[in-house]
Amino acid sequence: MMRNVLLLALLAGVALSPFSGKAETGVSLKSVTVELPAGDRMFPKGPGSDAADDNCLACHSAGMVLNQPAMPKAAWEAEVNKMRDAYKAPIDPKDVDAILDYLMSIKGAS
Amino acid sequence: MPQVIPRRPLSTRRHFLGSAGTAALALLSAPAWAETMVDLPLPGGPGRRPLTTEFPQKGAMILQRTRPPLLETPFEVFDQSVFTPNDRFFVRWHWAVIPTEVNVPTFRLAVRGHVNQVLSLSLDDILGLPRVELAAVNQCSGNSRGYFLPRVPGGEWSNGAMGNARWTGVRLKDVLDRAGVKSGAVQVRFKGLDEPVVADGPHFMKSLDIDHARDGEVMLAYAMNGEQLPLLNGFPLRLVVPGWYSTYWVKMLNDIEVLDQPDTNFWTKTAYTIPDTPHASVYPGESGVKMVPINRMVPRSFITNIKPGDPFYAGRAAAARGIAFGGDAGVARVDFSADSGKSWQAAQLGKDEGKYGFRQWQMQFTLPAKGDYLLMVRCTNSNGVAQPDAPNWNPSGFMRNVIESTPVVAS
Repeated sequence: MMRNVLLLALLAGVALSPFSGKAETGVSLKSVTVELPAGDRMFPKGPGSDAADDNCLACHSAGMVLNQPAMPKAAWEAEVNKMRDAYKAPIDPKDVDAILDYLMSIKGAS
Repeated sequence: MPQVIPRRPLSTRRHFLGSAGTAALALLSAPAWAETMVDLPLPGGPGRRPLTTEFPQKGAMILQRTRPPLLETPFEVFDQSVFTPNDRFFVRWHWAVIPTEVNVPTFRLAVRGHVNQVLSLSLDDILGLPRVELAAVNQCSGNSRGYFLPRVPGGEWSNGAMGNARWTGVRLKDVLDRAGVKSGAVQVRFKGLDEPVVADGPHFMKSLDIDHARDGEVMLAYAMNGEQLPLLNGFPLRLVVPGWYSTYWVKMLNDIEVLDQPDTNFWTKTAYTIPDTPHASVYPGESGVKMVPINRMVPRSFITNIKPGDPFYAGRAAAARGIAFGGDAGVARVDFSADSGKSWQAAQLGKDEGKYGFRQWQMQFTLPAKGDYLLMVRCTNSNGVAQPDAPNWNPSGFMRNVIESTPVVAS
């Protein structure tokens, strides 16, 4: 990672240190390069888990769903609809029933 | 058409463990494993979460979601200092496309829209403006959502989606004045470098009314607790809206747009709205309630040195301590009860670091006889607003501020 930072700095043709001016506070800002964990865990295997993997995990990791409380089907349906309508998730219409069945199997409540 | 590829790569960690074999697994003793998990007491569960150190510039955090990151501050951190360390400060992102690289020399903040002069400010330009500093609590609208009953979907936070920092930066007013706001401006909209995963997804943006934006308190922070912001807390610039929920504290802020019409974007108009009722509270299933954008915070207080079930000796003096904040006003008083709220006594307040920040408090108390007790703490702010006895409820899990209770046992 450090090598990348150095390389980028050289490519950008800027001095390495300091990257920028100093505020009166003594705060000086330094460019940052980080790596974020991938969050690429799949849903636990079961009927419909492939549909959930294919339609849900592009936007968020599986843990978001696995940490939810058990909820009735209407609540899960509202969630799937929100993902599609508000956040524009390109959920394949033919997968919706399978996703809902899967969510109910792992997080369903009556 | 958005380019969305289902992410189904092989987990490198699983692969590593698999190839390392059972010998390596046997080295992971049970206690070591136990230390990497926390159990949040969310009613009905699930409450188990990993304690992760895998995020850049972050120490041990409760992993609520890996992508986009939702990281909660372990509650014991609030017992250790009035300011929340940057590497333990909670993290919350809406979209997973977060720049992993921010280059200080080339970063620019745009100020545009209903202004006389469009600006493109470098970080040097911003560091050259008059410096301001204030302590303020940054709290997620949905902090403590996991305690709502009936439970509601969303980030299932315990009480650690909040933090207190000393923010250093410049007044938003000074930046707007440099651009020259035209008459007829009604709102100012803020946008950061993060982007939707799907091309037609709504870019995260929030707006403030023009008078609020120019009140001299709203600021652009380039430092928290004397250091540049961790990338996940919004490096290099973050909006600070003292007394308001953190949904307005736009991270990686690079675009300020002065509007001459009210903002109708999804995140301002539709998302993050609350019932326009006392405590933003409704009955589950209640419909036809007027909704308004979430706004000012309300008072809260917590005991930080006593956990549920902690043992005490009857008749022996004990000490409680913790933190309180007034929301959109200072802390006027913190009251403590050791008898389930039947009687209250004023706690001793710590140093006032500023009206928008945490205020530490402490209390000596004695549990008179053997038995079960409920310890309670209640903050009243300088506007005279006190925490309520009963929890609020709304379908988004916003604005919880009920008086907290901690069950303990005297023997």
